[in-house]
Amino acid sequence: MKNILQTARKKAENLERINFDEALALYKENDLLLLGRTARKIKESKSGKKIFYIVNRHINLTNICSSNCPLCAFQCQSGDNRGYTLELDEIDNILQDFSKVENLSEIHVVSAIHPEKNFSYYLDVIKKIKNFFPSVSINAFTPAEIFNFAKTEKKSFAEILTTLKNFGVDTLPGGGAEIFSPRVREIICPKKLSGGDWLEIMETAHKIGMKTNASILYGHVETVEERIEHLIKLRELQDKTNGFQAMLLFPFFPKNTELGEKFNIRQVGAWENLKMLALSRIVLDNFDHFKAFWVMLTLPVAQLALSFGADDLDGTIGEEKIIHAAGAKGDSVMTVGTLREIISEVGYIPTMRNSFYN
Amino acid sequence: MKMQISNDLRKIKKKILNGERLTRDEGITLFNCNEFAWLGSLADEVRKRMSDDLVYYNVNCHVNLTNICTARCKFCAFGRDEKSDGAYAMTIEQVINLINDALKDPNMSGLHIVSGLHPTWKFEDYLEIIKTIHEKFPELYIKGFTGVEITHFAKISGRSVENILTELIDAGLQAIAGGGAEILSDRVRNLLCPKKATAEEWLNVARTAHNLGLKTNASMLYGHIETIEERVDHLIKLRELQDETGGFQTFIPFPFLPKNTELGKNFKQTSMWDDLRTIAVSRLMLDNIKNIKAYWVMLTVPVAQVALNFGANDIDGTIHKETILHDAGASSPTNLAEDEIIKIIHEIGRVPAACDCNYNILRIIE
Repeated sequence: MKNILQTARKKAENLERINFDEALALYKENDLLLLGRTARKIKESKSGKKIFYIVNRHINLTNICSSNCPLCAFQCQSGDNRGYTLELDEIDNILQDFSKVENLSEIHVVSAIHPEKNFSYYLDVIKKIKNFFPSVSINAFTPAEIFNFAKTEKKSFAEILTTLKNFGVDTLPGGGAEIFSPRVREIICPKKLSGGDWLEIMETAHKIGMKTNASILYGHVETVEERIEHLIKLRELQDKTNGFQAMLLFPFFPKNTELGEKFNIRQVGAWENLKMLALSRIVLDNFDHFKAFWVMLTLPVAQLALSFGADDLDGTIGEEKIIHAAGAKGDSVMTVGTLREIISEVGYIPTMRNSFYN
Repeated sequence: MKMQISNDLRKIKKKILNGERLTRDEGITLFNCNEFAWLGSLADEVRKRMSDDLVYYNVNCHVNLTNICTARCKFCAFGRDEKSDGAYAMTIEQVINLINDALKDPNMSGLHIVSGLHPTWKFEDYLEIIKTIHEKFPELYIKGFTGVEITHFAKISGRSVENILTELIDAGLQAIAGGGAEILSDRVRNLLCPKKATAEEWLNVARTAHNLGLKTNASMLYGHIETIEERVDHLIKLRELQDETGGFQTFIPFPFLPKNTELGKNFKQTSMWDDLRTIAVSRLMLDNIKNIKAYWVMLTVPVAQVALNFGANDIDGTIHKETILHDAGASSPTNLAEDEIIKIIHEIGRVPAACDCNYNILRIIE
């Protein structure tokens, strides 16, 4: 064990790839600041002094969901009085609102798996957005949603993705990955697509030229080993396709979730979040970007994350619903001024990006 | 690949690793350096050298006798005029009830007593409270009063600071609290808190207490109108006095909480980043003060936990019910269960040690 740790430390310091056992040894050693220093070095070797942010808006089309994952506080079943579904005319109003946003460059569309809305509804939404904002990028639909479209349309992943691409979807968000381990998925999201399907959809998207993000949801019932296996699966796919742009780390928010209640889960703190970020930055040596998603981390911790390997503060967002349903404390609107200020305070250069990190 | 750091920083690192004292300029350089985890690692290294892997905490009860105060400092949301809404002054019965309530926790071991400068209370009133508490609860340690309160007692009674402290020691006081230092600069004090003890008076209370064998804490209130240079000068003033007396036990950096304060209208709360670098630089500059406290009430529990990796080795206590900082919008809870303290210390691989106000260890939780 001691030898593995020494090798791991040495490899990390020399920015060499580490294997499963080495990652586990670094996790267990608990040296937060060694991980932080190394992660920062990797970040600077990839993106120098730049920290990215984007002016974006989120639309969550519906919270009525047939997956009903125990990990989620956003979803509800049809008939629930918390339920909502945005109809096309409501989307018009939302887009009208967005047109007031200066420099808007991306709209992010992620929703529940609605039991009745069919694929054509989603295509209409995309068409609407594209008509309204021809030059704004669309980052839409996680693999969980793509899987559902393929199932209801009885089409292949490639066919669905190609259709979406033709309608104007530019990139896919990284959600729905959770933890790939079947043991964990059985507990936290039994009705959701499998880890294998998630990876296959991303691989297909990459092959047809769509960039995507990746993610991990940690801090619930998974083991540290399962976290690291998850990261290594992402790394293997990235070796093959190089289609992942950014990695997002989602700490689990137990509040208002079935999972949180059932297992009496305590929310992970800033210390663990920074440690996971830094370790993931070290393991995923073939990813260019890591997001510090301030909605989940809160802004002060997201700022610290910039010194622990993150190079992207995500965006200004507008109204975020999914994570706030689970008790997120971060505000849901952020001004560009605030984002730039916190980047400058830590000595980095605020850099506005588009969906492709230009 | 070598760490991309400047020669200045490399030189400072070497001095730190050799245990050499840092200069004012080096302190300023550290405050302005962006090598965040690097800075934290050095502070953590020094923390290990000075106090091993223990993290100290108290199972304690805060007693704030009154919020009626003649000083009315611009950074304070607690102090009030006698006739204002929410003004209160506790009777001795109320104090005893509060302590009895806190004693429902069988591990509760001591008190932290700090209060406003009441316009009509006499020194004897305060003295009587300490005497009564000590007689009724001889097993509880009493840490009480800041340098500001002691200076006030001397003024209203016409006695010397030494005389005041001697009486309080005889009544049962075992340590002096660290508050009221704010920034030890006349420029800053004239602007923010002209009606209370000057920098010299505050330092004089500490010096006198130390000479009498009474240990004290020290603090710094940052994140308002002070400059980085004034923060470093503040640390150096404390370091110089500590060279002379050795009587400071702990240094506590307090970030300014702007909410509900007169001064706060123009200020945002400090960032977690500023809080952690301030802890780290304090650890590195104060090479002769053994303990650095991450005061979770101000920092919040998650930041305090991270601060334990940036040079801190004390996380304060369970408190029972905090009021001063919650008046200024502190977002932390008003008390913390001992279990929670133990959990966050264990989580980062360190060892919780319950202690009294003089760092005598009561229990170590492996």
